[in-house]
Amino acid sequence: MSDSISNSPSDSTSAERNPSNLRAEVDGLIAEGAFDRASRRLAELWRRDPASGTASFVTSRLDELRDKSGHKLPLTTFKLAVLRSFTVEPIVPLLRAEAFAFGIDLEVHVGDFNTYVQDMLDSQSSLYRFAPNAVVLAVRADQAAPELCRDFADLAPEAAQQAAERVVRGYQQWIGAFRKHSQAALIIHSLERPSSPSLGVLDDQSEAGQSGLIRQINRELRRVAEEFHGVYVLDYDALVARHGSEHWHDERKWLTARLPIAAGYLLPMASEWMRFIVPLSGRTAKVLVVDLDNTLWGGVIGEDGITGIKVGVEYPGAGYQALQRALLDLSRKGILLAVCSKNNLDDAMEALEEHPGMLVRAKHFAAMRVNWTDKTQNLREIAQELNVGMDALAFLDDNPFEREQVRAALPEVTVISLPKNPLGYAAAVRNCAAFERLTLSSEDQQRTKMYAVQKQRAGAEQNFQTKEDFFRYLEQEAELELVSGLTLARVAQMTQKTNQFNLTTRRYTEPQIAEMAEKPGWHIFSIRVRDRFGDHGLVGVAIVHDEGEQCEVDAFLLSCRVIGRTVETALLAHLAETAAQRGCKRLVGWFLPTKKNAPARDFYPQHGFERKEVHGTGSLWTLDLTASTSHCPDWIKLVTRETKTGGKN
Amino acid sequence: MTASTFEQVRNVASDIFGIPADKITAESSPETIENWDSMQHLNLVLAIEEKFRVQLDPEDIEQMKNIAAVATLVEKLQSSTR
Repeated sequence: MSDSISNSPSDSTSAERNPSNLRAEVDGLIAEGAFDRASRRLAELWRRDPASGTASFVTSRLDELRDKSGHKLPLTTFKLAVLRSFTVEPIVPLLRAEAFAFGIDLEVHVGDFNTYVQDMLDSQSSLYRFAPNAVVLAVRADQAAPELCRDFADLAPEAAQQAAERVVRGYQQWIGAFRKHSQAALIIHSLERPSSPSLGVLDDQSEAGQSGLIRQINRELRRVAEEFHGVYVLDYDALVARHGSEHWHDERKWLTARLPIAAGYLLPMASEWMRFIVPLSGRTAKVLVVDLDNTLWGGVIGEDGITGIKVGVEYPGAGYQALQRALLDLSRKGILLAVCSKNNLDDAMEALEEHPGMLVRAKHFAAMRVNWTDKTQNLREIAQELNVGMDALAFLDDNPFEREQVRAALPEVTVISLPKNPLGYAAAVRNCAAFERLTLSSEDQQRTKMYAVQKQRAGAEQNFQTKEDFFRYLEQEAELELVSGLTLARVAQMTQKTNQFNLTTRRYTEPQIAEMAEKPGWHIFSIRVRDRFGDHGLVGVAIVHDEGEQCEVDAFLLSCRVIGRTVETALLAHLAETAAQRGCKRLVGWFLPTKKNAPARDFYPQHGFERKEVHGTGSLWTLDLTASTSHCPDWIKLVTRETKTGGKN
Repeated sequence: MTASTFEQVRNVASDIFGIPADKITAESSPETIENWDSMQHLNLVLAIEEKFRVQLDPEDIEQMKNIAAVATLVEKLQSSTR
């Protein structure tokens, strides 16, 4: 069973601390009140020994840390409900430990056996009382489609077909009910095909066989999921196949404890759930910073030269090419690539531009640090150059020493654990949940190009005497519209991902945005910005609601791509103008500080707002719309578009 | 049962039941460990299977009456798979 935990971290470094010492160290640090360090050691323990026993230890200490530190740990809280037809309890500690390693404090509610239909239909059920952020519907085929699993050979073809259709209609109804009662994300397990169909090989000779009908149900489930916002399919059938059905299953545990999954595969199950939970909780990486020598290619360019390094279609270069292909796939999902390498720039550029086996070229990198400075400093600079927080960075390096150093100095950075063999690098990147995305906007797909254009802009900026001259030269055009079916996904994504210029940091899912847009008195604006260099795409969101004569700003946020170009002033001016048109006398809004939103701190005072009250760390600001008006800067051309909401349920 | 297997089983049990390893003896059982209910028993079985790369039959699981019995069972299964 040594292959069982294929996507778990398997780092081994020289600075080896053994797991039982780490346990004692964690307990010591907790007793001293050194909660941050205890938390880091605890994450290290999980990385070194990701097993069931360790998971119990990690979750118990995590609970202790949370309570003793007074909820001060820098973790994102997330509530997950699991509705199920089998025993999932032993997976829960593994899942919570894995979540903790991603900076998520996960609270899990497990539904009763096979009560998922009642739970979803009844608005008063424990499921809805728990108020989850996400729900997993982990139902096995024998429960969801019993006719197709037992005595299938007895079933007439029409009856079998009807049974399959009934299954899909069932899901459709429960999901419909679920959406009425909850805006949580819903993750549905697809059904697993039988490993030994009733009719043996004959089953596969027809699409109407047992396997064929389960496949049909799975196809239909995808279609049903697409009808709703925030409903996703987890391909359980493919997951089992990836690990091998015979290894995955444990018939003895199924018959005695209703647990169908073998001990060594509980962690892969938890990891698969994490691939949804990480993007849903916003703990994703936006930039992957890669090393060059022995990471992007085999060998050392400074010593082996361009003819000596290994990258190409033949072994051993093929492993590095596979990694490069994985990097290009990330870049197509909107994840930026950057280089951080200890090298001479000329050597590195020669390999990147001239080597025939390279798939990734210099143009694919949004930022490059090729020098002999230490990597933590370079990572800080890369984050600054790309205008992202440190927690938006992921780091890929073959050298365990560099990885440890980054982990120790920059705990916010996602450091990717790599196996010793370079042939495993591509899978380590592809399986990293920090790069998962549940929706893809056109902005995501264009991002690498947009950053290349950004570099031109930065070059242009240096040639102007004043900011205003530069702004005029940019010829910015801002297009404002109300949220619509077309922009819903991007608007929700922005509320989930924007950290820096964000006045309230309120995170919303697609269904929540859709519901808000329908509510009387609520207005959700999006802003799209173009300039002489290109299109920035949809880069800002503002949500306001009217209460009598007062219009309150619920959310106001801007992508880091356009911070500092007065786009925020244009958006505010539009809010003020439209609020005044609706008869509002005041525009009010909270500023709620976080660790990251300092760039937005002075936004209200700079725009003529007065502080009305202070509550905790937050402050409420108000602008008298009858006395003052907020103007759009004359260098931004404002365009408004009329649209209606609509689209999915 | 060798000292090292006992030690390893005790460490797993310490994690699962949430009590310090030095409080666990060969005779520790569901009677003496408050946490050792049927769900924790399943968790112990799974952790043992994972750690020692063995598979326990339902009959084996019933025999796990105390820590010494678990360690003995692990050694028996390990020697039979070699």
